[in-house]
Amino acid sequence: MTATEPETTVEITVDGVAVEARPGEMLIAACERSGTYIPRFCYHPRMSPVGMCRMCLVEVDTGRGFALQPSCMVPVSEGMKVSTESEVTKKAQDGVLEFLLINHPLDCPVCDKGGECPLQDQTMAYGPGETRFVEEKRHFAKPIAISETVYLDRERCILCDRCTRFADEVAGDALIHFMGRGNHTEVNTFPDEPFASYFSGNTVQICPVGALTAAPYRFKARPWDLTETLSTAWVDSVGARVAVQASRNRVLRVLGADADAVNWGWLTDKERFAFEALNSAERLSAPMLRDASGGGVSEWREAGWGEALDRIAGAVGAVPPERVAVLGGARLNNEAQYMWAKLAKGVIGTDNVDAQLGDGLDPAVVLGLPRATIDDACRPGGTVVLIGPDPKEELGTLYLRLRHGIVNDGVKLVEVTPGATGLSHLAQHSLHPRPGTTAALVNALVAAAAGDGFETGSTGVDRSELEAAAQCLSDADDGVTVVLGRASLAEGAEVVEAAAMELSALPSARFLPALRRGNVIGALQAGLAPELLPGRVGLDGIDGEGPLAGAWPRLPAAAGLDAAGVLRAAARGDIDVLVLVGADPLNDFIDRDLAYRGLRGASLVVAVDLFMNDSSSLAADIVLPAAGPTECDGTFTNLEGRVSPMSRKVTPPGTSRPDWMIAADLAERLEPGSAEGLDSPESIREELARVSEVHASLTEEALNQNPVEGVLLAHPGATGEAGGWRRSGRPTMGRSPVGRTEPATGPAGREDLPEAPPEGAFLLVATRTMYDDGTMLRHCPSSHGLAPAASACINPADLDSSGLDEGAAVRIVSDFGHIEATLTADAGVPSGSLKVHWLAPGSPANALIAAGTDITVVEVEAR
Amino acid sequence: MDPQVAVNGYIAHAPGYVHNDGPKLITSRFVHDDSFTLARYEATGGYEGLRAALETTPAAVHDEVRAATLLGRGGAGFPAGVKWGFLPPGKHPYYLVVNGDESEPGTYKDRLLMERDPHQLIEGCLIACYALGLQQCFLYVRGEMAVAQERIAAALNEAYEAGYVGRDICGTDFSVDIVMAWGAGAYIVGEETALIESLEGRRGMPRLKPPYFPAAVGLYGQPTIVNNVETLANLPWMMVNGAEAYCRYGSESSPGTRMFAVSGHLRRPGVYEVEHGVTTFRELIYGDNFCQGIRDGHELKMFIPGGGSAPWFFPEHLDLPLEARPVGAAGSMLGSGAIVIMDDTTDAVRAAWRVVKFFARESCGKCTPCREGTTWLEQILRRILDGEGRPSDIDLLLDIGDNISPGPYPVAAHNGQEAVPFPPRQTTICPLGPSAVAPVVSTIRRFRHEYESKITRRDAIPIEVVPVGASQ
Repeated sequence: MTATEPETTVEITVDGVAVEARPGEMLIAACERSGTYIPRFCYHPRMSPVGMCRMCLVEVDTGRGFALQPSCMVPVSEGMKVSTESEVTKKAQDGVLEFLLINHPLDCPVCDKGGECPLQDQTMAYGPGETRFVEEKRHFAKPIAISETVYLDRERCILCDRCTRFADEVAGDALIHFMGRGNHTEVNTFPDEPFASYFSGNTVQICPVGALTAAPYRFKARPWDLTETLSTAWVDSVGARVAVQASRNRVLRVLGADADAVNWGWLTDKERFAFEALNSAERLSAPMLRDASGGGVSEWREAGWGEALDRIAGAVGAVPPERVAVLGGARLNNEAQYMWAKLAKGVIGTDNVDAQLGDGLDPAVVLGLPRATIDDACRPGGTVVLIGPDPKEELGTLYLRLRHGIVNDGVKLVEVTPGATGLSHLAQHSLHPRPGTTAALVNALVAAAAGDGFETGSTGVDRSELEAAAQCLSDADDGVTVVLGRASLAEGAEVVEAAAMELSALPSARFLPALRRGNVIGALQAGLAPELLPGRVGLDGIDGEGPLAGAWPRLPAAAGLDAAGVLRAAARGDIDVLVLVGADPLNDFIDRDLAYRGLRGASLVVAVDLFMNDSSSLAADIVLPAAGPTECDGTFTNLEGRVSPMSRKVTPPGTSRPDWMIAADLAERLEPGSAEGLDSPESIREELARVSEVHASLTEEALNQNPVEGVLLAHPGATGEAGGWRRSGRPTMGRSPVGRTEPATGPAGREDLPEAPPEGAFLLVATRTMYDDGTMLRHCPSSHGLAPAASACINPADLDSSGLDEGAAVRIVSDFGHIEATLTADAGVPSGSLKVHWLAPGSPANALIAAGTDITVVEVEAR
Repeated sequence: MDPQVAVNGYIAHAPGYVHNDGPKLITSRFVHDDSFTLARYEATGGYEGLRAALETTPAAVHDEVRAATLLGRGGAGFPAGVKWGFLPPGKHPYYLVVNGDESEPGTYKDRLLMERDPHQLIEGCLIACYALGLQQCFLYVRGEMAVAQERIAAALNEAYEAGYVGRDICGTDFSVDIVMAWGAGAYIVGEETALIESLEGRRGMPRLKPPYFPAAVGLYGQPTIVNNVETLANLPWMMVNGAEAYCRYGSESSPGTRMFAVSGHLRRPGVYEVEHGVTTFRELIYGDNFCQGIRDGHELKMFIPGGGSAPWFFPEHLDLPLEARPVGAAGSMLGSGAIVIMDDTTDAVRAAWRVVKFFARESCGKCTPCREGTTWLEQILRRILDGEGRPSDIDLLLDIGDNISPGPYPVAAHNGQEAVPFPPRQTTICPLGPSAVAPVVSTIRRFRHEYESKITRRDAIPIEVVPVGASQ
């Protein structure tokens, strides 16, 4: 990314040695790069310097003689002389260290930080041997809980401002601050306002002493007992790089790793603490079977792998391929996804495969549009259009990067969302179209940006607001980056896809898919979607000659069904074997009723998962225990198409197996020889790179060369090559993926634009929250309970006219079902809309939605 | 109303102010007990300076101030006319911030100016705004000064009502808004960047330098002039009488008059308006027109020449003039114009402890050496006073001091350097930490035997122990 920067340097002298520094760089960083480490506590390269701890004082001469200066605050200048080892420097550093230690409790033997503590290390390296302080030390109650997961010990705190700066500058949740003054200064929360930030765990990681500790790791291990491996976070599609640390075959801690292109060392608390679920006692540890017997089902019983796999293979082999379906797979690593794709499409021969559960986007849109990276989106002065979920809730580390770009680098954000997001207060323009009209609004926006006439129609967006936003787009000289995803699961995917097509008409627009499920991009690249083969090759683009021909025994005879189609077919009795690979349709599929009927309708349901979930409890006949993300090797593809390793750190519980191995075993049973040689993630990756052009660059060498940043897969737009894969003759889109085909004169996109809801009714908006009642989070002790209670959020004006009181217990009713919630006023929800949280505890929003509808009309009843 | 008769120089309604014979450029109205009202202000030539200024050009007003070499009265003594010239052209809006957070121990001159003559200050602000083309002025008053806040608020209301402040002042197209803000009680907010932080609604902690002057980056990131109350109070007289008349008072390098708050073991302590640069400490302390000498039967032991943060002086310094440069050359500073006199009954260790305790309590806690070091100094001094001193404590005190402010400060004079060398030789962000070192080093150098006798004889001086940080 930085290859085009001009090669100017500034020459400085560090301890008598000439060193080249970058213009504008802080002295402390320039010294560190040249091999001279200056001790520090408050300085953090990802945050603005504050010069508070004074540990990095060195003697600096800029022409007026040597004087003590904090090297974290002094930018380098030509001819600057620095003395990091002079008597004056050493005296000052010794003095500061002594000051820091006089009131520090020195309880290192019982402190979690002991062994990896910068204060401890620097005291050993630079500090005095014994104390001259004979007075009583400062005392505070210790520790105090400042949030559900973070504990604060103010006696250990050295007031470096790292945590408070992070909360304010990086996360934007300034919930902790300095209180008191002088020697009694302390970090604390405001009264009755806990440090309830999605990013609180980062403060624990950057604390240079043991003042901040996280509940999941407190007193669990000593740093010297931990071993570590570099891996990738799996809870969302950003693919933040992490260091997984374990002791005695148990993962105990996950830390953020600083990947410059991805997460900058930051993590969401979900990414950080999700490992707790993997240690849960409720993990599946052996294959489980139950039999249909006389109208009911028997109790679950443990079985051997041989018996379970034989039974599955027998059932699959006994039916035509199109009566088999595989749902899910976004949880898996790339290698397992490829193996499952090969099993389903190449061995069984069914195309009824879908990794997305109606909550994603058409792979033609995700894979076919020009791709942006996170760095592209955050480039200084760039323009970002958000047509997708609230990044703060769904893609936390992407939120941090976007927020940094907006706050510090002049990135302009135009939001087209059904309501306010965590970035709204920073957005240049926030447009909140009525549910179902996103495409029409974008059509008008693009027309206005091109200077053509436009209509705002029934979008509910003010004309002048739209014009201002359009101006912002037409001012974007170097193109816009579109962050594209499903903002509301109650708005049909086709609406968002049509909007994306409209935006692709903007000059040099690039897209960053904001899909949520972990490795969903990997799944689509591996072919886990109908009509798709590994490497963005369409089923119809294969002529029997390509690289797949040698590796795969067969190909699906006909195009298959997506998740909704599979469930509909299953409900009709047209699917005999339904395999759920890390999928819980009852909770995750957008239509709960259809999911229920589909699960009930399939004659054999197989679940491959870490836990029992609601769907497998309801309908599964065979459950296979899979190894978790820290229990098997593989790679992860993030939303940019960046592949990075996910590494095994511990062994899986019981006889759980990696997902790829399960698929390979089944493939061998169904077609002997089909998985021959595929006995390790490396060998699978090697075959994937051979059969898929997209993965051709994914060599062991490339992975080893970029252990932190990973390997960015080739993609149209990213490398300048033209056009990606797109589905041929696709009728639903109504236009080709590139270029606008219709004149921008009316609210085009869809002819049947929804009108305003009937009097007293609302259009449903269903958004995800960081914490919900999903299976993984249910098994995380530190995150369980953080899911917000079910609420029905409506505009305060609507609340006034509804005749109901805020906080009232209500029932939300649609044509398809009802859920219960608490009525809440929320000025971020436009008038006429009603927002619910997806997967709120005890209140499944998908009960209200029918698959295939663009909008959902609901009413609110008191209960 | 006739001027009040002063008893022994004290004016009953202006406690602390001593009226004497001598030029009265800024305290002339203090003798009236309604001096803070607009009626009295107008009856005594009020707002004439503003009218005079409005009749000329802003540049001419600026030139007048420059010609008068009006030195800043807050402590640093930087010429106001030069400071005004630092505003970068074309970076509007500019702001004027009035530093009324007078809290240096021993200083109480600005309080009198705000309580007794708020209109004079407002007029000064208006003249400065006119000279600099500003439209917004913030008057920041120390949190504890309730009377000053009330009087300024009332005066502002009167001035708005009368058309002196607000839109189209005095019928011209010159418009200024003056907003009063008040602190929450923190010494450090007297430091101009900490004051700006506080004014912006944040915790009052000094900003990091560079930029060294708020004139470059100040309030809300905009160019900002921060002036002391007394500095601005000089402007109305200067506009009416001219820079030339102004320069007839005081010395060539420090023209005009200056208010000194003299306190301690004196016959007549108080605030005096003194000709700047020509009067000596001896005249001020012993002169009949001023403090009239040390209280009966006692001798001068030591004195603080410029507020709590200044290194201390002793009888041999009495003949220095009240002017920044010679005082700086002698190793201290004239600072905020607060002179604290201690006679031979004063225990040097205890006096040092009391000043250090103030700074330990007022440290903002931002940087380590000040936060930890000042409290440590205080704890050691208190232990010595309690009769628990150790022979190593004296060296320890000096070494802690050296770790807070290494190098020549505060005994710079011997090397011919300025008292606070630039860039500052301090391990701290702002000079508060070094301020706590000054009394310790001063007293150890001069009265080491007092420390030693306390440590070896262990004769505790009973003192009331109030923990630092507890409310007092």
